[in-house]
Amino acid sequence: MSDLTDLGIREIRDGVRAGTFSAREVAEAFNAAVSNAKALNAFLVETPDHALAAADAADAARAAGETLKPLAGVPIGMKDLFCTKGVASTAASHILEGFTPPYESTVSQNLWDAGAGMLGKLNMDQFAMGSSNETSAFGNVISPWRRNDGGNAALAPGGSSGGSSAAVAARIAPGATGTDTGGSIRQPAAFTGISGIKPTYGRCSRWGTIAFASSLDQAGPMARDVRDCAIMLGAMAGFDAKDATSLDLPVPNWEAMLDASLAGKRVGVPKEYRVDGMPAEIETLWQQGIQWLKDAGAEVVEVSLPHTKYALPAYYIIAPAEASSNLARYDGVRYGERDLPDGANLQQMYAATRAAGFGDEVKRRILIGTYVLSAGFYDAYYTQAQKVRALIARDFEAAWEKCDVLLTPTAPSAAFGLGEKQADPLAMYLNDVFTVPASLAGLPAMSVPGGLSAEGLPLGLQIIGRPLDEQGVFNAALAIEERAGFAARPQAWW
Amino acid sequence: MHNGSGALMSIDTATVKKVASLARIAIDDAAAERLVPELNNILGWIEQLGEVDTKGVEPMTAVIPNHLRLRDDVVTDGGIRDAVLANAPAAEHGFFTVPKVIE
Amino acid sequence: MTESTYRIKGATGDWEVVIGLEVHAQVTSNAKLFSGAATAFGAEPNTQVSLVDAAMPGMLPVPNRECIRQAVRTGMAIDARINKWSRFDRKNYFYADLPQGYQISQLYHPLVGEGSVEIEDGDAIKVIGVERIHVEQDAGKLMHDQHPTRSYVDLNRSGVALMEIVSRPDMRSPAEAGAYLRKLRAILRYVGSCDGNMEEGSMRADVNVSVRKPGDEFGTRTETKNVNSVRFVMAAIEHEANRQVDVLESGGKIVQETRLFNPDTGTTRSMRSKEDAHDYRYFPDPDLLPLELDDAFLDECRASLPELPDAKRKRYEALGITTYNADVLTAEVETARWFDALLEAGAAPAAASNWVTGELFGALNRIGRGIGESPVTPGQAAELLALVANGTLSGSLAKQVFEVMLETGDAPGKIVEERGLKQTSDTGAIEAIIAEVLAKNPSQLEQYRGGKEALFGFFVGQTMKAMAGKANPQVVNELLKKALAA
Ligand SMILES: [Mg+2]
Ligand SMILES: [Zn+2]
Repeated sequence: MSDLTDLGIREIRDGVRAGTFSAREVAEAFNAAVSNAKALNAFLVETPDHALAAADAADAARAAGETLKPLAGVPIGMKDLFCTKGVASTAASHILEGFTPPYESTVSQNLWDAGAGMLGKLNMDQFAMGSSNETSAFGNVISPWRRNDGGNAALAPGGSSGGSSAAVAARIAPGATGTDTGGSIRQPAAFTGISGIKPTYGRCSRWGTIAFASSLDQAGPMARDVRDCAIMLGAMAGFDAKDATSLDLPVPNWEAMLDASLAGKRVGVPKEYRVDGMPAEIETLWQQGIQWLKDAGAEVVEVSLPHTKYALPAYYIIAPAEASSNLARYDGVRYGERDLPDGANLQQMYAATRAAGFGDEVKRRILIGTYVLSAGFYDAYYTQAQKVRALIARDFEAAWEKCDVLLTPTAPSAAFGLGEKQADPLAMYLNDVFTVPASLAGLPAMSVPGGLSAEGLPLGLQIIGRPLDEQGVFNAALAIEERAGFAARPQAWW
Repeated sequence: MHNGSGALMSIDTATVKKVASLARIAIDDAAAERLVPELNNILGWIEQLGEVDTKGVEPMTAVIPNHLRLRDDVVTDGGIRDAVLANAPAAEHGFFTVPKVIE
Repeated sequence: MTESTYRIKGATGDWEVVIGLEVHAQVTSNAKLFSGAATAFGAEPNTQVSLVDAAMPGMLPVPNRECIRQAVRTGMAIDARINKWSRFDRKNYFYADLPQGYQISQLYHPLVGEGSVEIEDGDAIKVIGVERIHVEQDAGKLMHDQHPTRSYVDLNRSGVALMEIVSRPDMRSPAEAGAYLRKLRAILRYVGSCDGNMEEGSMRADVNVSVRKPGDEFGTRTETKNVNSVRFVMAAIEHEANRQVDVLESGGKIVQETRLFNPDTGTTRSMRSKEDAHDYRYFPDPDLLPLELDDAFLDECRASLPELPDAKRKRYEALGITTYNADVLTAEVETARWFDALLEAGAAPAAASNWVTGELFGALNRIGRGIGESPVTPGQAAELLALVANGTLSGSLAKQVFEVMLETGDAPGKIVEERGLKQTSDTGAIEAIIAEVLAKNPSQLEQYRGGKEALFGFFVGQTMKAMAGKANPQVVNELLKKALAA
């Protein structure tokens, strides 16, 4: 076998089914790749045995002549935000060090039920708060990509699902789970030249996924191409009675319905996404994307999403507010780190534990969230933000009268260097300017690679769809993928 | 934050400390002072939401139209004390323990 | 009780007491409000705890329909507005009995709006306003006396459903507060939404008290937390009102604060530890969608409501039962259920009410049993009362039969039959006995005929005794009068 790690999800699945190679060979190849890629710091925990056990089950099923499960023989990486039974789950935070869940998240369980195996737990921004992976308590992930300037500057893999994006881009996992609260699947996918979709809010159960901001958090797949994302999302999604916000709807067979012909479809281009200071190459790529979709048969229309500019500030009220409450449970009593200074009382223990356990960005967001919810400010900040959020959702609803999907850039720039934006939290927040509006409205949205920047780094295009229309998103993304012919990959240096 | 008036709420060290105390995050004076400009920068930026006319707009309640499902009143859980206590930094005799609370 | 005259006599004059109660009532349900763990009282620590109750990372709440239903039925029982659209909010604070770091409650849009509860004092009725009922999670339990330097945390109660029933500040005396609590408890028990067991903590009251000179604006109030009996609530109010008067009259100010009642001393003290917890940062729980109730759900709730104490009392009075008896019979749902069964078995209402409040209660008291464990069934009691009504048993015979019933659990007819306790109206037999009695007591006969008419009772007693109590007393009276006059 030449190199099994060059294969994507579909190729592995089909190869195992056909007996071209065994699932065990695949698992062993990826286990080795993971173990050889420590320089990326993409994995916090390696679980080669889990991957092998799933592979052996797939091989045994095939030998017994059984119908193979949808992801039989496919090993994947699991973002460390998902609780995995018996495997340390930390959300990349010291405060959860030593925590081994006695339960399995619904999304990861769905994947195991579909036959997938786990290569390990993927590094990420701490509690999914960040856009560069620099907030991980266990060292940042380094993007496998390098600029074409001959330098060795370490680049951000994006965040918060930066371990996932780096692992898939570096071919040490054919696919990985991500979670997206304000762009945490799409932006890292764009930064690393892979595909990733955040489905409609409620498609994937949040049960067992460590919460950041409950009304925004959605799990989704990150993989090498659109088809692989469709396959993987099909296994992750589904109704879950344990999540009161889960959508009680059947999961469509997205893969079977993939269709890159967009005849009769209308693609909206929101004029408000043309922001000040956007690099020309982003604008150029966007125009190229418009042309590709026209080529695929779509009609392109300009639409207006007038409240776009307020999405980011609204997000930075709502998400920290929810987070400040969601993260109150990390108090050193039932799990994780406890810091009990001599003579400290209960409340002092909480304060010491949380000061020692949370990283700076997490603390910053907890403080903002606590402040905006505190007495006297609730209406001015939180209620106003939720009203603005309603207006943003209305903007999208109005747009759907004119078009079927929206096309925008995924991020306002290519990957930046590690450390470049760390000093200015606000500059970092602005990275999510194109991804946050769809998050606030709960819409399915996907990033697909469109081309390379002048520095030789990947750039992504974002497709946003109507609620529940993941199919429309996949199809438009596929139309881009087919025309972009994006084949660039990072040269292994790790 | 006041609608359109541009009057900004600016926070000081004392406020940062009060908020940190509410959030139960120990913070020293230096850290509080460092956070003042940082948080003011962020808060100043989110103040722009005040410009938006939201008269008559209901705050969003459900992201995607959906109904709250209710469960049946059946005991389906519990009896898993070992699992519940397994990760506790300090458990004793079937209880979690904390520094003595005097009330 | 339209205008309370309860006053605290201060050095500067009379003070009026203003009381509002926030009652936390545990909803009767098998499982917790947001998890499938059991709610039963008295289990081993942390054995009725799900991963949700322990606030493990990634755990999510899913509401229990029965808890919502019971709160709605309770609201209907106090004629309250039921909000078809409500939602859950988080109340954020840090404490060792609160694993999530927030309590899921309802601040902005409670399930139940305005209602009212009537309290009675004789014929007078006072209406106490209820502002709202919301549904929320109970906290866990801390034990402070197990270890010298640590508190132990038991999460069995964590997440159990509570109804918080918030009254208006409409009460003006400890007695009114006591009457309100008793009435509320009776309603909850009738409805079946809470067992009202204050000892096990199924009902606790936060007591808001302020004082003012009559006619003045409301004063600053204090909130005394978690008082767990009617008696203690009344004692807490009395102490707190007097304390406030003392503070005000010595030139001080009342601090709006949370206080704790000490049942041993009957006093309240400030709970300083809760002071910085006042900024609860309430906001809608993003893990839950708004709670929307449809008409079918509300119709079922309404249809399942039993007859409530006020309606039942009025019905009893219309049946000729005295106001006093009607009050007694409707105060507790077990009594009312027993009495209704008695009426259903055909007993005459007025006589039955006297018998239950007199004979039955006396006997149960004596043997130390509640009406729920009465050895005599309503059917048997109805039979006994019927035997009295048709003249088969005299009052004293009935008492004898009832005693045997209590002992053996046998039906009265069987007892009468086996022991020959039937009363006789056979005039011939009675006349023969009377003749014997007169013959045996010549001196008394002479005195009676000489004008000492008080001796009539003596002859009745002798006759009844000779007939072992089985003679019909009315027939004995008539025949004796005739014989003595001869
Ligand atoms: Mg209260
Ligand atoms: Zn309460």
